[in-house]
Amino acid sequence: MTTIAELPPGFADKVLSAQSTFRSVMDAMARPGSVQRIVPMAGAPGVMMRGTAAIALTLFDHDTPLWLDARMSESSDVTKWLKFHTGAPVVQDSSIASFALVSDGGALPPLERFALGSSEYPDRSTTVIIQVDSLTSGRSFELRGPGIDGVATLPASIKPFDLFERLRMNEALFPRGIDVVLVADDAVVAIPRTIRVVSKGS
Amino acid sequence: MKLSSIIDNFGSASFVKGAVDPVTPHNTQQAQRKAAMAVLAHAEAGEIAARLRNLALPAHQDLRSPENGLVMLRGRVGGDGAPFNLGEATVSRAAVRLASGEVGFGYTLGRDGEKARLIALCDALVQSRDFGPAVERDVIAPLREQLMIRREQAAAETAATKVDFYTMVRGEG
Repeated sequence: MTTIAELPPGFADKVLSAQSTFRSVMDAMARPGSVQRIVPMAGAPGVMMRGTAAIALTLFDHDTPLWLDARMSESSDVTKWLKFHTGAPVVQDSSIASFALVSDGGALPPLERFALGSSEYPDRSTTVIIQVDSLTSGRSFELRGPGIDGVATLPASIKPFDLFERLRMNEALFPRGIDVVLVADDAVVAIPRTIRVVSKGS
Repeated sequence: MKLSSIIDNFGSASFVKGAVDPVTPHNTQQAQRKAAMAVLAHAEAGEIAARLRNLALPAHQDLRSPENGLVMLRGRVGGDGAPFNLGEATVSRAAVRLASGEVGFGYTLGRDGEKARLIALCDALVQSRDFGPAVERDVIAPLREQLMIRREQAAAETAATKVDFYTMVRGEG
């Protein structure tokens, strides 16, 4: 049982921290595969990484339904912290969520279960935020697409191992589709729906 | 940003003096905090800060740094008192946590975030066993006195403008 007295605090400087974090996420989206750092620090509850916590404080509010994976939703630290600091409603139905927080990538549900947007409003899809082990070492992936000059290489150890194979459904769905943000501690990499990824092995 | 809470009849939540429920300690503390909040919300930020300066404050951190938002003010209209939305008011809020664990919340009309933080700090101190009495004595009681004086002054000034209409009804009988 967590009381408010034990909750980690939010940003020390709300406006500037949120602006700086937003900039990092925006740069990550604009340059897929590049590793951006999240500088401002907030207290992170339980299984949440500090990068994820900063993104949550920046992007979530009462208008963004939130889906949590089992490990996140089991932790009352996380749910209470999110409720206190962001006010975002946590939903069980992943198909109406604006954001999904996944701490245990191995248990990522099929991506079709998330909101894919509509042809009229492709922006109304779920942005899936996945916490991964590392974005600097591990298997190499080759990324191509808008925002990348030629080919970008991303070494990453991620779960699920077949994440990028699963994301291939974005090719057929376009302009609908799922955007993914990978977080490892304070490092962020975005894989927007326009990006095609080829695994190169290690 | 919109604050998630809607304050119903904000104006009527004014001064609560002596509304201390003696039954349970919980209620007592709640009433005490409510009474303190009623005073602090009407005080100036500078006044609160000046009085807090005389206290040796414990270590504390901002659990929620001050932020501004809007709340919908609701009124009641007609004979049946149906609610209607009067308009939105700017409100600042903050939450402060003492090193000893007490969490205080501050809400105040206007955009003065620092005032909301000071109110939250006072609210946390009021709950603290070590600082509660000192804050009540050195901060809240003097401010309450000032507030009462101001209210009485305003009431007296208003009362002086009272017009008696007794001449209007004369001549009928």
